[in-house]
Amino acid sequence: MGFYQAFKLALKSLAGNKMRAFLTMLGIIIGVAAVIILVSLMQGLTGEVTSIFSDLGTEVLTVTVQSRGATRTVDDKDLYELYEANGEIFSAFSPNVTVSGTVKYANTEYSSTVKGVSEEYMEIEDYELESGRFISYADIEYYQKVCVVGSYLNKEVYNGSAIGKYIKVGGNKLTIVGVLKETDDSSEKSGDDLILLPYSTACKVGKTQISSYSFFVRDTKKITYAEDVIGDYLYGIFKSDDYYMIINMQSLIDQMDEMMNTMTMVLVGIAGISLLVGGIGIMNIMLVSVTERTREIGIRKSLGARRRDIMRQFVIEAGTTSAVGGIIGILLGAAVSILLGNLIGIDATPTLLAVALSAGVSIFIGVLFGYLPASKAAKLNPIDALRYE
Amino acid sequence: MTPIIDLRDIYKIYYMGENEVRAADGVSLKIYKGEFVAIVGQSGSGKSTLMNIIGCLDVPTMGEYYLNGEDVSELDDDEQAYIRNKTLGFIFQQYNLIAKLNVLENVELSLLYAGLSKNKRTELAKHALERVGLSDKLKNYPNQLSGGQQQRVSIARALAGNPSIILADEPTGALDSKTSREVLDFLKKLNDEGNTIVLITHDQSIAAEAKRVVRIRDGKIIYDGDAASAFEKR
Repeated sequence: MGFYQAFKLALKSLAGNKMRAFLTMLGIIIGVAAVIILVSLMQGLTGEVTSIFSDLGTEVLTVTVQSRGATRTVDDKDLYELYEANGEIFSAFSPNVTVSGTVKYANTEYSSTVKGVSEEYMEIEDYELESGRFISYADIEYYQKVCVVGSYLNKEVYNGSAIGKYIKVGGNKLTIVGVLKETDDSSEKSGDDLILLPYSTACKVGKTQISSYSFFVRDTKKITYAEDVIGDYLYGIFKSDDYYMIINMQSLIDQMDEMMNTMTMVLVGIAGISLLVGGIGIMNIMLVSVTERTREIGIRKSLGARRRDIMRQFVIEAGTTSAVGGIIGILLGAAVSILLGNLIGIDATPTLLAVALSAGVSIFIGVLFGYLPASKAAKLNPIDALRYE
Repeated sequence: MTPIIDLRDIYKIYYMGENEVRAADGVSLKIYKGEFVAIVGQSGSGKSTLMNIIGCLDVPTMGEYYLNGEDVSELDDDEQAYIRNKTLGFIFQQYNLIAKLNVLENVELSLLYAGLSKNKRTELAKHALERVGLSDKLKNYPNQLSGGQQQRVSIARALAGNPSIILADEPTGALDSKTSREVLDFLKKLNDEGNTIVLITHDQSIAAEAKRVVRIRDGKIIYDGDAASAFEKR
């Protein structure tokens, strides 16, 4: 008997007992849907987080120095020297100062991010100027009270003409010398809601110190080498790696990817258990079906069906059952993932791989668990089977 | 002439606990092409065992069975299936049609296992159904037919593959006398057309329709001869 006939027969017998077929498939449906949903959501989430981290710059190495307790220390001058000595590796450098003072203009407070940076920070962050100029070397050298503002403040506070106006940060009046082009959506608390000032000025205004240094790498492929260069230098000074930390965004992303993958595996494994249970459900019903159809098997055998004919019929029937369940599960899973993705605002469209994998697994499970009942059917003695009531 | 069925000293022995049951106890029987043989016996006489062996559904414990000159007494499962498919057509008491297949599909079944193409199967099955007068019921399901019609479907199924022997096991057992008559007449007609028919029954009036009667008791043949003299002694 051909594959196609067996397949048609299997569909027919499924259609003939819809309620039972549905209940048989339920385990597979739930299992496949769960796998699809979990994989899609985790992938959507990973993509989302990766893109956030990528926005922070994969070409940037961030160095923090915590020299308390160390006999020696490094300052911005030392790291500037390191940067200049390795011009073939680094293309930009900036100390970073986080300023937490209140931002005020005309007695209104704003929650803008205030950062002290170098004149090369524009390259690191890939900013462009809308108008005016960026912070200059001279501003840093002479502690000039100037700043560059993002498009949010320019639009909302100064109606597009911020240049030459002032803004107060922690009680200090800063003159606005430049406006950045929009990078986000110009809304409050977005990436466009910021004030940049010379890092030297920032230290004074914020009564704080440099919190970290950003090294911009020319070639992202050499980022590990660049990390080693900085690490060797700092280790040479501190004789220990307890006093500094070099954050490589790419390695963070890689680590996170790995973590998310592991988590996905664990979750899929758990969802996989229900696929297994579904398979056992199919086996159970197939065993019942073999018993119910003992006489049919006897008739088929008396008419010349060989063991492999009977075997094939039942294996295909089990495979078809779980494949149909798998398809329903995939559709259900895809629908739920897309819906949930929309709800939490991530792209959770199932990948082709997830779909292909779960379809394959569900057919495999059907065939695997159909094997035992099918071989039981195939081995039936035709005389006993014919006499079976 | 080579007999179609040649049983040589066949034994079939079962063990039920301590007891040895000889369902076939040294049976030798030759059946030639074109014969219409009735195998009769009470229930428990061993006629079913004989029919299973003749039908290649079972193998003898001892003895040799030549079917069309070929030794079939020691075949495995699949080889038996092949022989059944090629040389035997079964008609059962309970019709044994598959309920979820329609009439045409039921008749096509043995042709399917013979590996024939769809077109060839349909052609042969339609022809067989024509012979039993059921050309108008191709798409009906067995439960939509009367008992007599169902038995005719099963006869068509037995005929479809053009077997050397038609083996009928109590073919009228589930039918009323009128339809029994029809089925018997049909079997006779098939015999007149040259088909070899082996009929198993416990009913003497049915057996009397055959040309030759073989009577079985306790696994042994106690009479083998023409139908007329088979029953006059009793």
